[in-house]
Amino acid sequence: MEIPYTYKPRPDTGLYNAKVGIWLFLASEIMLFGALFSAYILLRVSAPAGFWPDLALAWPRGLLNIPIGTFNTAVLITSSVTVVLAWAALKMNNFARFRVYMVITVMCAFAFLGIKSFEYNDKFSHYVVRLKDGKAVTGHIEVDGKHARFWNFDDQWDVAKLADKKITQIKVEVDPERDIHGHVKSHGSHAHEVREIAVADIVSLGSYTPATHPFFAVYFLITALHGLHVLGGALVLAYFAFPGAKMWKSNPEQFINRIEVGGLFWHFVDLVWIFLFPVVYLL
Amino acid sequence: MSQHNSSHAASHGGDDHDHDIAAHVRTYLIIFGALLVGTVLTVAMYYVDFSSMALTVAVALFIASIKAFLVAGYFMHLLSEKKLVYGVLVLSAIFFVALMGLTLWGSNDLPKNSSTKTLYVP
Amino acid sequence: MQSSASHAHTSATESSHGHAHHEPGFFGKYIFSTDHKVIGIQYGVSSLLFLLFGFFLMLVMRFQLANPGKPIPIVGALLEKVLGEDMAKGGIMGGDLYNSFGAMHGTIMVFLAIVPVLFGAFGNYVTPLQIGAPDMAFPRLNMASFHCYFLGGVVMFASFFTPGGAARSGWTSYSPLASITDLANRFDGQTYWLIGMVLLITSSLLGSVNFIATIIQLRCRGMSWMRMPFFVWAQFVTGFLLLLAFPPLEAAGLMQLMDNLFGSSFFLPQGLVVSGTPLPVSGGGSPLLWQHLFWFLGHPEVYVLILPAIGIVAEVVSNNIRKPLWGYKSMVYAAMSIGFLSFIVWAHHMYLTGMGTKVATFFQTTTMMISIPSVIILTALFISLWGGSIRFNSASLFALSFLPMFGIGGLTGLPLGFNASDIFLHDSYYVIGHFHYVVAPGTMFAVFAGIYYWFPKITGRHMNELLGKLHWAGSLFFMNCVFAPMFIQGFKGMSRRMSDGGTTYFGPDAGIGADPGVLSLNKMILWCAIGLGIAQIPFIINFFSSIFAGKRATSDNPWQATTLEWATPTPPPHGNFLQEPVAYRGPYEYSVPGAKTDFTPQGDKN
Repeated sequence: MEIPYTYKPRPDTGLYNAKVGIWLFLASEIMLFGALFSAYILLRVSAPAGFWPDLALAWPRGLLNIPIGTFNTAVLITSSVTVVLAWAALKMNNFARFRVYMVITVMCAFAFLGIKSFEYNDKFSHYVVRLKDGKAVTGHIEVDGKHARFWNFDDQWDVAKLADKKITQIKVEVDPERDIHGHVKSHGSHAHEVREIAVADIVSLGSYTPATHPFFAVYFLITALHGLHVLGGALVLAYFAFPGAKMWKSNPEQFINRIEVGGLFWHFVDLVWIFLFPVVYLL
Repeated sequence: MSQHNSSHAASHGGDDHDHDIAAHVRTYLIIFGALLVGTVLTVAMYYVDFSSMALTVAVALFIASIKAFLVAGYFMHLLSEKKLVYGVLVLSAIFFVALMGLTLWGSNDLPKNSSTKTLYVP
Repeated sequence: MQSSASHAHTSATESSHGHAHHEPGFFGKYIFSTDHKVIGIQYGVSSLLFLLFGFFLMLVMRFQLANPGKPIPIVGALLEKVLGEDMAKGGIMGGDLYNSFGAMHGTIMVFLAIVPVLFGAFGNYVTPLQIGAPDMAFPRLNMASFHCYFLGGVVMFASFFTPGGAARSGWTSYSPLASITDLANRFDGQTYWLIGMVLLITSSLLGSVNFIATIIQLRCRGMSWMRMPFFVWAQFVTGFLLLLAFPPLEAAGLMQLMDNLFGSSFFLPQGLVVSGTPLPVSGGGSPLLWQHLFWFLGHPEVYVLILPAIGIVAEVVSNNIRKPLWGYKSMVYAAMSIGFLSFIVWAHHMYLTGMGTKVATFFQTTTMMISIPSVIILTALFISLWGGSIRFNSASLFALSFLPMFGIGGLTGLPLGFNASDIFLHDSYYVIGHFHYVVAPGTMFAVFAGIYYWFPKITGRHMNELLGKLHWAGSLFFMNCVFAPMFIQGFKGMSRRMSDGGTTYFGPDAGIGADPGVLSLNKMILWCAIGLGIAQIPFIINFFSSIFAGKRATSDNPWQATTLEWATPTPPPHGNFLQEPVAYRGPYEYSVPGAKTDFTPQGDKN
């Protein structure tokens, strides 16, 4: 006996097996990302009111690059449309166009991931410097004309390490001042103020990592998990576009369904980002 | 070999189906445009100073929900999907709301005579 | 139908995915099989081994509780040699070792033994057969879910041998304890535990997708929803519980991993001081968040443990009373209600965290509500017995004993569900008595019933009845002797998870006078636990010897059962049924008036 309804729908449910499977899986993914969003809300609601980094546990605002985030959103939305157009192309029996759209989808995915890595790298080289007079300064640290960064998560540049390296002054490209909503205060020059700070005045310094604040912890976790889903989805779609496309010859109906199922996953990944972007970047 | 699989080949292929799909493609492109507009709107709202945080959140989530509805309804074909799928999604929506709502409620509902403002000192 | 003939027959008809058939080699047949029956057996063997290991952990712990500070005979020296002096110096169980055994006993029993045997083993083997399907909807996904589980089990087992030992913050793994047990070593037992959990959760998710899709899509002709055996309904609801309740724990597990590996503060509040030193983390996290996310799974998890067990009991009972189950429809609706309600009762595990009265009342109410469908199911099973022609064999003895045991377990849960009484009973031995009654004589009796019942279908031989009855009598007696005293200990105020067995609070130096009967009970429990272990020996002997030398089953349907799994050859071939099955009637048509025999199989046309 063969397993029935692998590509023909079962009459009473109107669905083929893989479609039932993927929607069940997506239901569980809703719970997964839902739990992460719940955690974000809980942590944020219980943060004390105030301005970060002056108040160490106040919720930071405006730290994420909005133009980049917006562009990434557009990239993902584009990939969502191209994957459904790929499926439509197959329904219209146009394999060549299907492949073109799939390639665009996968390229959008990798563009998204590339931009995300750029964002992560920017965070890892972005420092918060706490001074002895109680103030805190944030920005990139310039060393030999480049942005300094560390590699080991707990090997943050603590003050002792600076002394070991015989550094007595650091140059900080200070971030523009922001208001309580995270909007930049002065819309004047785009040049960053560079401030020289004596190491002797520094209490601690560390870059933006999950350890720095629960905001970063949630941000990195939720975007990394989302990114893993983007990567996984892209690999599956790439597989369908090339080696897996053999099935178009042997069983076109089942192949179309596979693309539909892969597309459903892809749209879900886009859906998560549609909520992630405003919640984490804008609110 | 597969007796269960009905031989309703008519539902796939054929000229009238091509028309169907062509109309769908137009719809997808329109929705794509709507989503891009929605994204611009989302970012634009960021620069509007709303009177309260609650309103800011409500507006942001409202726009996001519209975009989500478009992706789910049209790209994922949910608007024309079968009851079973709706059922599964409604279930997960209920439990997601329960998780978020009850957790938040549990962290904010404190004993009457409690001196702490939150359940833990942040 | 002899097995060899059916095997020959199957290689001709076997053709999956429409390509040319070739006989899989050893690896394809036994290690990387996609056949649900092989996967079911893989799950069964692995889970029973983990069960034995978890039992061993408990025995060592019970020795320590009965004889605190004394070297453990035989095992103590072995522990010292294998795990090191800091764990078991002089063969005496150190506090850390006790805690890690405790945490791992719970984890292994719940996630590596009971759920895999009930859902992975019995579920996989029996469900497609009972709905008349050739296999699960996604056979390769099924294989992946087994290997994920196996890998998770390997990681959990390996954690014992990592420096510092296995996780030791309870199976509940509460933060901040779970993040501060070993500050010097990031890749400690807790990290292994979290990685293992991620693997196990992935396995469960893949499995649940498979089960639900299979039951929805692959029911044979005539197998309407209300004609499905209750076992299948139980697995269906269980699938939803696993699907929707596990992901928040996966999220929480990832968060705790980040806390442990990357120094984040998801669950670490500000101002934490460990051994006099302030913890160098940002703070701002919430320990309660972990508890909420953990118990959001934790509570549905206990219904994952009990529902398939009730399913097995329903099958074995209906077969051995030779009459239909009373109240099948109520049982089905009750199972669905349990499934739904189980998602909104979780904070009854958190009554003592300082919640306000409104929230506590909400959860207390839903907790009381969920007891109703549970009672409905138990009552229906009890009422079914009335007027039945009860056959007593090893399987039915275990299934029948399940009923009062689960009754005691359930009833003793009520004081825990009430906020007010839970204030005294929370974290006491009463809780341990309660939940062990439900899972130890509860789920385990169902597992044993299932093994004795389906053994002839899987192997074509019966297990020995005398050994089975010995196993049953010993298990029933000693289960009660081990767990009933725990209620007394709990009422007298003994806390759980104390490695000294309560000596600090009840011993001669505690200043309360004579032992109020707590410490002496520890000694009794130890002897009864040893007795329980000895009672399993007939089973282990029986299990293996019957595979080779058990009495051959007289037919494909030796129990004269009605459900579809008995309509296959023995053992069922790849593809299960020789011709497409059709369900002509309900699943429990026993003693139909006017019928020639006292059972009318579901798949028989006439």
